[in-house]
Amino acid sequence: MSGFLAVLKRELKGYFATPVAYVFLVIFLFAAGLWPFIQKFFEFRQADLRLFFSNLPVLFMVFIPAVSMRLWAEERKNGSIELLLTLPITVPQAVLGKFFSAWAFLGIALILTIPMPWVVVHLGDPDMGQIVTGYIGAFLMAGGFLAIGMFFSALTKNQVISFTLSFVACAVLVFADNPTTLDYLSSALSPAVASVAENLSFQMHFESIIRGVVEFKDIAYFVIIIAAWIYACTLILEERKAN
Amino acid sequence: MIEVQNLRRCFGPVVAVDDISFTAEKGDVLGFLGPNGAGKSTAMKMLACFLAPDSGTAKVCGHDIIADPVAVRRCLGYLAENAPAYNEMTVAGFLGFVCDARQMTGKDRKQALDRIVSSCSIESVYHQTIETLSKGYRRRVGLAQALVHDPQVLILDEPTDGLDPNQKHEVRQLINQMAQDKCIVISTHILEEVEQVCNRTIIIARGKTLVDSTPAQLTEEHGCSLNEVFRRITTTKKTA
Repeated sequence: MSGFLAVLKRELKGYFATPVAYVFLVIFLFAAGLWPFIQKFFEFRQADLRLFFSNLPVLFMVFIPAVSMRLWAEERKNGSIELLLTLPITVPQAVLGKFFSAWAFLGIALILTIPMPWVVVHLGDPDMGQIVTGYIGAFLMAGGFLAIGMFFSALTKNQVISFTLSFVACAVLVFADNPTTLDYLSSALSPAVASVAENLSFQMHFESIIRGVVEFKDIAYFVIIIAAWIYACTLILEERKAN
Repeated sequence: MIEVQNLRRCFGPVVAVDDISFTAEKGDVLGFLGPNGAGKSTAMKMLACFLAPDSGTAKVCGHDIIADPVAVRRCLGYLAENAPAYNEMTVAGFLGFVCDARQMTGKDRKQALDRIVSSCSIESVYHQTIETLSKGYRRRVGLAQALVHDPQVLILDEPTDGLDPNQKHEVRQLINQMAQDKCIVISTHILEEVEQVCNRTIIIARGKTLVDSTPAQLTEEHGCSLNEVFRRITTTKKTA
């Protein structure tokens, strides 16, 4: 078994060996399920999951840093990073192993929201294509948040710092296409800056995916975000794994 | 099997390891001595490819620590200071992970685990989580982790720290048993240990090698116990 698979397996088991997975799943599913109903999910009388999906960026902004904060900070704190990186495992293998196990875990959390589409299918005749692309988009977006969170986790051995930094970074990317932000940017700086901010935001690309339109640029956006932050994470670890 | 050439590493303005060179062959048990903060752990971390040297290099089993760190780690067993492990895992799960990472499968893996569990006497805690173990057992689990793939070169950073006298004795016996066909580097503060297990000693202080000799020769030259020799060497050279 390669180093990548060994780390992947260990991490994934780790979520379920501690209460982390259960606490996270219960609270996440509760929040993701409750929110649409507060927003009058039934009263809209629409057989789609737009409402459910459109809450996910804000939920992820809080929940994903909570998953990612421990990825490297904990290893540093209890010294096990010295064990991990003196086994015949390279830094990229370890980083990818941790990333994909956390991503798979988030995938499990998304799969467990299946009662939402089930309700919609039961009550109406929704566009299944749109629901499927919505889930694919949500999974990709989760990967983006996770890659950012893992990068900040590699910076520090303090999980509180790791959580706070990744929360702020995610919040900036989520709210970058907020109308207030864009108005301010275009009046204070220039409309070009506002357009850049809009195009960099998670929200804009995710919104266009959940509308059921899968465009290359939106997929590419998330893939590039994930790859770039993972690469940055390996650079940081190679550089200062022992500090 | 170990060839260290002019290894040097600084942390900011502090020179932790300053131009250390030595070699060790199969059958050698090399005791790495020095006061706290002398650079023992830093040197060992560099040999285990956890820390990159600022200059100089080393070869372990013919592999360069800078050019081919993964090959070095493959033929090396390393027990870090304080025996870090994953606390939430059971001993069985933890050793399983180490076997996975070292790509040991099937029959070899089962044999290796059986051998290591009995030689480190951790049968009784095999299914316990690591966080519930006493310091002595934690260290033995760390030792098991370092030995599971039967490495040619072993690097042990204070392997008997925190063990009771019986456990210390067991670990020393284990080291003596393995000494013939391996190359072992251990760091320690306990000088009796050096006399019991090592056939060579290197004394370092402030990152520099002060002595490279054998325990017997040292006591003979200075005409006193190893404790006294250690104190003389590390204190006089420091003030000089």
